[in-house]
Amino acid sequence: VQRRYFVKSGAIALATMGLSPTFLRKMAFGMPLPGAAKGKILVCLFQRGAADALNVVVPFGDKSYYQLRPAIAIPAPSSSVRSALDLDGFFGLHPSLAPLKPLWDRGMLAPIHAVGSPSSTRSHFDAQDYMESGTPDVKGTADGWLNRYLAASGTCEQCKVTPFRAVSMAPQTPRILQGNAATVAMDSIDTFSVRTGGDAASRLEALYRTGSADIVQGAGNEMFEAVKMLRSANPQQYQPGNGAEYPRSQFGNRLRQIAQLIKSNVGLEIAFADIGGWDTHVNQGGVQGALANRLDDFAQSIAALTTDLGDAMENVVILTMSEFGRMARQNGNGGTDHGHAGSMFVIGGGVKGGKVLGKWPGLAPEQLFEGRDLALTTDFRSVFAEVAGGHLGATRMDALFPGFRPAGRLGLL
Amino acid sequence: MRRFQLMGLLALLAACSSGGGKGVPVQPMPVMPVPEPREQTADQQVTHALNRLAFGARPGDAARVRALGVDAWIEQQLRPESISDVAFEQFLGTNYPTIYESPAMLEQRFTPPGQIQNQAAARGGMTRADSVRLRESQQGIRQMTAEVQSSRVARAIASERQLQEVVTDFWLNHFSVYDAKGPRQRYMLGEYENRVIRPNAFGKFRTLLGAVAKSDAMLFYLDNWQSQADNDRPRLAPPPGGRGGRAGAPAPARRGGLNENYGRELLELHTLGVDGGYTQQDVIAAARALTGWTLRGFQQGGGFQFVPFMHDAGQKKFLGRTLQAGRGLDEGEEVLDIVAKHPSTARYIAFKLARRFVSDTPSKAIVDRAAATFTRTDGDIRETVRSIITSAEFFSRAAYRSKVKSPFEVVTSAARALGAAPDPTPRMAQAVGQLGQPIYGHQAPNGWPETGDQWMNTGAILNRINFGMQIAAGRLPGASPLGFRDADMLQTATRELQVDGVVAALLGGDVSPDTRAVLVSGENPLAQSPSGGAMGGDPAMGGRGGGRGTGGGQGIGGGGGRGGAPLPQLRGLSLVVGLALGSPEFQRR
Repeated sequence: VQRRYFVKSGAIALATMGLSPTFLRKMAFGMPLPGAAKGKILVCLFQRGAADALNVVVPFGDKSYYQLRPAIAIPAPSSSVRSALDLDGFFGLHPSLAPLKPLWDRGMLAPIHAVGSPSSTRSHFDAQDYMESGTPDVKGTADGWLNRYLAASGTCEQCKVTPFRAVSMAPQTPRILQGNAATVAMDSIDTFSVRTGGDAASRLEALYRTGSADIVQGAGNEMFEAVKMLRSANPQQYQPGNGAEYPRSQFGNRLRQIAQLIKSNVGLEIAFADIGGWDTHVNQGGVQGALANRLDDFAQSIAALTTDLGDAMENVVILTMSEFGRMARQNGNGGTDHGHAGSMFVIGGGVKGGKVLGKWPGLAPEQLFEGRDLALTTDFRSVFAEVAGGHLGATRMDALFPGFRPAGRLGLL
Repeated sequence: MRRFQLMGLLALLAACSSGGGKGVPVQPMPVMPVPEPREQTADQQVTHALNRLAFGARPGDAARVRALGVDAWIEQQLRPESISDVAFEQFLGTNYPTIYESPAMLEQRFTPPGQIQNQAAARGGMTRADSVRLRESQQGIRQMTAEVQSSRVARAIASERQLQEVVTDFWLNHFSVYDAKGPRQRYMLGEYENRVIRPNAFGKFRTLLGAVAKSDAMLFYLDNWQSQADNDRPRLAPPPGGRGGRAGAPAPARRGGLNENYGRELLELHTLGVDGGYTQQDVIAAARALTGWTLRGFQQGGGFQFVPFMHDAGQKKFLGRTLQAGRGLDEGEEVLDIVAKHPSTARYIAFKLARRFVSDTPSKAIVDRAAATFTRTDGDIRETVRSIITSAEFFSRAAYRSKVKSPFEVVTSAARALGAAPDPTPRMAQAVGQLGQPIYGHQAPNGWPETGDQWMNTGAILNRINFGMQIAAGRLPGASPLGFRDADMLQTATRELQVDGVVAALLGGDVSPDTRAVLVSGENPLAQSPSGGAMGGDPAMGGRGGGRGTGGGQGIGGGGGRGGAPLPQLRGLSLVVGLALGSPEFQRR
């Protein structure tokens, strides 16, 4: 595997640019990096397990919706809190997404409906694989599309300085960030350090100093570089801004730490986190219940991140995704089985939000995909490409999404 | 082909002999199977076998395998029933009393907290007695879960039937279940591991598949226990209790219907593999054939039962075959027969076994050979495994140390190398979880990753290094950093001898010159680097707080979540052990 480029280039760049730990520490207390370009940041959030898009962005204006889901539908907007939050007279948000409603009101939130993979697979693993590799129905793709972005735009000087250009807040590097460009995966910031005294740490580092193309050596070498840099930025001092309160959940913690990394100015460009529990085959509930509980955590965490980042949201785009939607019709267990098209959220200061994007295919029997699922009208690669191009400035779309030509622009950014 | 060469050689010899005119009659020599040439040295073969077919070497293991011969040892391990494991079984029985219990029994002993709360609510609120009962039950459930998790680690560390444990680990991952699927799942894990998977780990695949299909754990995890005929389908029997309807007639509309979850994963993950050549219609047909495969209530003793009322009595077409209608339970059995015999299944299982034992990218030749064995032996797992682990590829140079250890393998191999006793506390199991592989904690049914690129990253290597340091500091109960052979003697030996001893015990006597140089050096080889001081001695680092909380995971080393006490400065032999556990070589098997 030929990966792990930053080790040498990163270390050299640090040395030649004269970056010292003191310098980085100053940045941690909010002093901007002189002369640095204002970095754009993309936060990708993956809802693993296939979120039930029809109960997330609720098509209350489609009369078939209530026929398909007699027990679990979200009631049309009303004065009751137990109803959808109206967006445009046709779509509404699940009431648990109330924390995101202010972002909609400010035009920072763009939901996209009937979006997803053109592959008809209903396998979680295949569908996640396709969404992360960016190559639907092609299993042999070795890398993830975010990693291909990193590799293709690797000439950016500022980006190469830092091991923290791309960070997964996860125990393992997710598929979407696997590939040739170096990335960091960590469970949490405060445990990202070698736990030992004396000269053991430097001797351990010496065990990995050759930093060869070997996967273990490479990971070790990168790790020691990253530990040093993170320590210099001193993120332990972190207090969320603007009174933001993150849920005390794993997802909330991960987003808080993404905010920490962003504010620590360690050069973060891509952040990734995931949240599980969306595979609601049984008793998913409606306004309340299992899905509502997941959405509470999801929405409160994202809302806290946007509050915490405040004005910095001008440079941040949050992109949410899930491998597919769920069957239009509820199943026999008060849940929903695997379906086809789903929904996504794009959130950010530069996002042209305040409208639900994507063509609505309808939920009448003849409009359903294979007679059972929400049909697809937007390929997820259209969304990814617009975000990568419009926000991050990616130009090599052929490298990111080989063979893909978007049908048209959604106008996200 | 080799055999032909040998026969040619014999013919040549025979010709020479008779040509020599000595008059010695040529004995018709029996044609022995010629062992394929092995690229690994004899010592490497021993290390390799212990790394791949066991969870690493314990003190003395390498000498024992060498004395017995690698091939004879493999043969023994392939027949676990021939290996006495009495001492360890006794340890299990004493320390993990719940792991063989039936789910129903356990649920009666440890009432689900939700049930206690519901009963209390129905009576008008929690009383003090309810609270006591709730606390006791929660504690019991924690204990039960901890037993399941730590007995698994204990077996890997201390059972003599090592290959059986490796193969059991493989099948538990192949037929993965998740402890937090629902409140009932935890009661089912001990039975699943100890009565469903392990006894069938070396048997016929069809038997294992059938046992899994009827297990409480899988029926619950993949929802099949509540899958039943859709309302527009005929059912095999009227509802129990005789309310309305008759067999063959569509049931009156009621709550319930088909759930495809198990039907899909049966084909995608358990048998044919995702490219095995099936369609969505086959998934639905399998799910319909398996309707009615459900669980008895715990009050009725739990366990598998077939309920004709839930069964879809219509005819199904599955993988191009017609499943004759109206046969109930037999239709599901026929689905399992068909997929167990399917060539895609042979290939998929052969591929996964070869990937586990030989290489992340096994050659087509070894997969083909194992698949052919699987087919020829009617899915005999022992023979399929044998064809892989006695192959030239298994003992090739390319295979040696080519696999990255899983967290489970890191923890168990470290414990074994140091001669650790199996630990009756959950600490070792928690360490596995903290390294990223909580036992029974994989949510999706595809199981944990098998390849190195998925296990190895910056965070993972950091956690592994820290784990090694914790052991070296004596912070993992049961595992003394100086528990390996000759450690006592080495305490006062020269650094060179210390390194030799540690490398022999932990790394099969084989490390790169670079690693050896670092282990031997008594001083800081990076003394010029400003980083050394910055990283050393930071008190802020604790054990990794249990993110998921399987079994209430806390930091390793006592009292810990985040911000546990700093580790003491390591010196002498302990330091060499810590460095060896943190070395690149130890991360591989």
